[in-house]
Amino acid sequence: MSRQYETVIGLEVHIELATRTKIFCGCSTAFGGAPNSHTCPVCTGMPGSLPVLNRRVVEHAVAVGLATNCRITQYCKFDRKNYFYPDNPQNYQISQLYLPICRDGWIEIGTAAGRRVVGIHEIHMEEDAGKLIHDEWEDCTLVDFNRSGVPLIEVVSEPDMRSAEEVIAFLEKLRLIVQYLGASDCKLQEGSMRADVNLSVREMGSGTFGTRTEMKNLNSFKAVTRAIEGERRRQIELLEEGRPVIQETRRWDDNKEYSYAMRSKEDARDYRYFPDPDLPPVVIDDAWIEAIRARQPELHEAKLARYQAEFGLPAYDAGILTSDKRLADLFEATTALCGRPKRVSNWLMVETMRLLREHERGADQLDFSPENLAKLIGLQERGVVNGTVAKRIFEIIFTEDIDPEAYVREHGLETVGDEGAIRRAVEAVMGANPQSVADYHGGKKKAMGFLVGQAMRAMGGRADPGAVNRIVRQMLEGDASGDLG
Amino acid sequence: MECLRWTALELGRRIRAGELTAVEAAQAALRQIDVCEPVLNSFITIDPERVLEQARAVQRGIEEGRFGGALSGAPVAIKDNLCTRGQRTTCASRILGDFTPAYEAEAVARLRRAGAVILGKTNMDEFAMGSTTETSAFGATRNPWSLGRVPGGSSGGSCSAVAGGEAFYALGSDTGGSIRQPASFCGLVGLKPTYGRVSRYGLVAYASSMDQVGPIARSVADCAAVLEVIAGHDPRDSTSLARGDTDFTAVLGRDIKGMRIGIPRGYFGEGLDAEVGAAVRAAAQGLAACGAVVEEFELGLTAYAVPTYYTIASAEASSNLARFDGVKYGYRASGEGLHDMYKRTRSQGFGPEVKRRIMLGSFVLSSGYYDAYYLKALRTKARIKQAFDAAFVRYDLLLGPTAPTTAPALGESLGDPLRMYLGDIYTIGANLAGLPAISVPCGLDSGGLPIGLQLTADCFQEKKLLAAAYAYEQSRPFPLCPMLTAEAGAGGEAADAETRGQGTACERKYICPEQMRREG
Amino acid sequence: MAERITGEMIEYVGILAKLALSEEEKAQAGRDMERMLGYIDLLNEVDTEGVDPMTHLFSVANVFREDVVTNGDGSEAVWAGAPGGVKEGGLKAPRTLE
Repeated sequence: MSRQYETVIGLEVHIELATRTKIFCGCSTAFGGAPNSHTCPVCTGMPGSLPVLNRRVVEHAVAVGLATNCRITQYCKFDRKNYFYPDNPQNYQISQLYLPICRDGWIEIGTAAGRRVVGIHEIHMEEDAGKLIHDEWEDCTLVDFNRSGVPLIEVVSEPDMRSAEEVIAFLEKLRLIVQYLGASDCKLQEGSMRADVNLSVREMGSGTFGTRTEMKNLNSFKAVTRAIEGERRRQIELLEEGRPVIQETRRWDDNKEYSYAMRSKEDARDYRYFPDPDLPPVVIDDAWIEAIRARQPELHEAKLARYQAEFGLPAYDAGILTSDKRLADLFEATTALCGRPKRVSNWLMVETMRLLREHERGADQLDFSPENLAKLIGLQERGVVNGTVAKRIFEIIFTEDIDPEAYVREHGLETVGDEGAIRRAVEAVMGANPQSVADYHGGKKKAMGFLVGQAMRAMGGRADPGAVNRIVRQMLEGDASGDLG
Repeated sequence: MECLRWTALELGRRIRAGELTAVEAAQAALRQIDVCEPVLNSFITIDPERVLEQARAVQRGIEEGRFGGALSGAPVAIKDNLCTRGQRTTCASRILGDFTPAYEAEAVARLRRAGAVILGKTNMDEFAMGSTTETSAFGATRNPWSLGRVPGGSSGGSCSAVAGGEAFYALGSDTGGSIRQPASFCGLVGLKPTYGRVSRYGLVAYASSMDQVGPIARSVADCAAVLEVIAGHDPRDSTSLARGDTDFTAVLGRDIKGMRIGIPRGYFGEGLDAEVGAAVRAAAQGLAACGAVVEEFELGLTAYAVPTYYTIASAEASSNLARFDGVKYGYRASGEGLHDMYKRTRSQGFGPEVKRRIMLGSFVLSSGYYDAYYLKALRTKARIKQAFDAAFVRYDLLLGPTAPTTAPALGESLGDPLRMYLGDIYTIGANLAGLPAISVPCGLDSGGLPIGLQLTADCFQEKKLLAAAYAYEQSRPFPLCPMLTAEAGAGGEAADAETRGQGTACERKYICPEQMRREG
Repeated sequence: MAERITGEMIEYVGILAKLALSEEEKAQAGRDMERMLGYIDLLNEVDTEGVDPMTHLFSVANVFREDVVTNGDGSEAVWAGAPGGVKEGGLKAPRTLE
């Protein structure tokens, strides 16, 4: 490849908003209902039904717009996008084309290549489609309208990104903003955040854009990365062979690592948008915008700075703790209860992260209560339990969210500080392991560690490790002197 | 039976007075339906059992004091584009199949709460697209005044039922004149309320920005009473408006002295039948005699209302009717794959007039034509609205004919769609501008066919409309339609079969006359 | 303006509207549409310079629902009319994957 190419990427990110009900009807948005159970005449396109807009949808959309430096369209409308597909019960989707709710925003991203501002062309509100399941047995499609009418915002970026790395940074940044606002949980795997990638390539230094393709069905950051690499390669190959890139929508197959054109002669791509006569305009006055701005919670960057300044956490730790809203919330709530930010941070950074990896879960799935972690920290601080026992208890808090105080009582896990009991246990261990005692006296000081471990074990791990250490040393040294005496 | 000649209010009063029961009134209506239906074909669906069951429940309610309303116990006919819970709703289209809604149109629900007895669902132009009720998949409806004539449309079945004595009043829908024009052809009073006055929830949409539900009755007072029941804010319709001024019957009998009435000169131009023109001018004189100040003026832009309307209505219809696709409800044709199924279902399920408008509507919205056609029409609509606004600065009401002619003969209109569309020229303005308008009978032509006078008011001025219409009605009593008898019914059978020639007539759900006789 | 409506245009609109027309119907549709559009072209006589397209009649805005669940299980009503039948709670439609 003699020529140098530049990749130009823009994104269309669909985000499901965290409302209780759908955008135009009072049906629940909860996941996991039986097929077609969260439905009514409105979200199944029954004749004569009419949409009524959910106020929260507007508020979430404005909040995201403000947090991404957009201009709020103070007089906005809904338009109908007309196309036939079975997941679209009216065969038109209520969306916004002519007057989207937010325009002209930007967010700043950071990558190894440096910082870059990515423009946001617009954000619009729209309704989600139903779910289609292919039934192999009968070779038909089964339609479930539970997701039909779930509110979405679509964030359309400018074509300002040049690499997969920047795309991921943009998506991460956007996810953090939206999550922190509480506007969505942004789970890629569950489809509550979905990205379509518009990509073109051009010769380095060229002032015009190449022909772009749109890629759909990207449901993980890894898939996004692979799809960008794959599509970049495909387009460069075409150009190198002197063949044109066709403007089209392609479906990424992450298993085969290849994209397929989604073309059909029935797909005219002429959506005949027009203002929806069933929905009056939305007027967002300054007072409403200010009220939404005033309710805006602390966003990611502010929190990152504050954790370092207020709690004295290292930048790295603050970065991890704020990388997910759930984790940050847990950190703050626990710290507020126990007043030990560094200890809380340690529990979250080390043990929690280890257990998440072990259980193959994301931080957004953490569900133990800050009260229980705070209590555990308190128990350890007061010396009621030692570190080993605390770790064991934390594993149970992680999975079952138990009350550690009750648990310690019920299972008799309090640290044993009774010197007599420890001394008896150490005597027994030394008696049973004369070789280790001899090794110690023979200069193998490591043998002491073995004896301490055995004594701890004999006491069910509950002994105060400091006391055990001290007594073992005392007795070994005493033992030696006794022999000499 | 004599009661069939009464107005709905008179019937209601006598039921409340205990002179007859709601059950007897329903039985009388069902008997008349039995006589008329073989000829008129006003109804698509009737279930006599269900009717009598309702009547018995309403009668109990009246006796127990739960239904005290003026219309309690009066049997009503409902246009078949209004959803009725548990009773099939067809829009006179094959594509809806046996669609039976699990929900009720708000207007229908309000009637039920007021003690109405719902007789059944009336015939109409398919999806309310037409001016003759001949585009129905269930065969044409005849005009009770003259069986060789159409009743008008699209609410033709509702109007023929009320004129023919099958129902005491009816609900229709009006997108471009579909209540007023058939009311005019059938010698009835028909009112299209201000856009947003009556909830559209449960009205199967044709053109959402113009559709309104309204009453059809034998008197102005009946219309006022029905409107009083069905008007009001509905949180399920975002375009329905919350207003308190719905005590419409209060203005009946109010003096109209000094009321300013303007007659748009353009309404008396080319295309207007001379006898219709003369009758409407005479009606204007009649209103002047009641004390109104009547004068002619230039409204402007009247020639542009029809093309503006057909552009907007077709565009909205092309989108509103997209949901009929064979997936969720109604008719499904078998096909080779998804898109073939869609196309076959829709091609077989929709009639020619509906397809014509869907094609036109899809075209005017399509890429490259949207600005030139659709947006141009929306801009013209704004200018038309301005012209009405200016007129209502000077006048309380506008007066003109409802339709350029009286009812045409069956089979005469569908051959030339554009000519048929031009028949909507006087009614369409009110839909474009959202205005309330009423059609009141104002005479018969030399052939004995009713002529309608149209009054139009500014938005939310239904009271002015009703006061003037009532004053006019009181000054010039209008004859009721001669009643059809069993003999006429028998004679109409052959002709009836011939009018059903258009396309595949769907099966009507008109059941068991024997049962009715037993009940009677 | 008065566009000539070509066979291709009718074909294209048929795809948009999901209507399969016979050759005869297509010819008729072309004639109908040409005549109707010719008539609609009358609107070019109207001066609409600087006039905003009127999408809504009244200056009503901000009609909202509160975010409260009001609907229960609607599946029975969805299944009741399904012309292709129901399987495992889903409505059966022709397969969508090409």
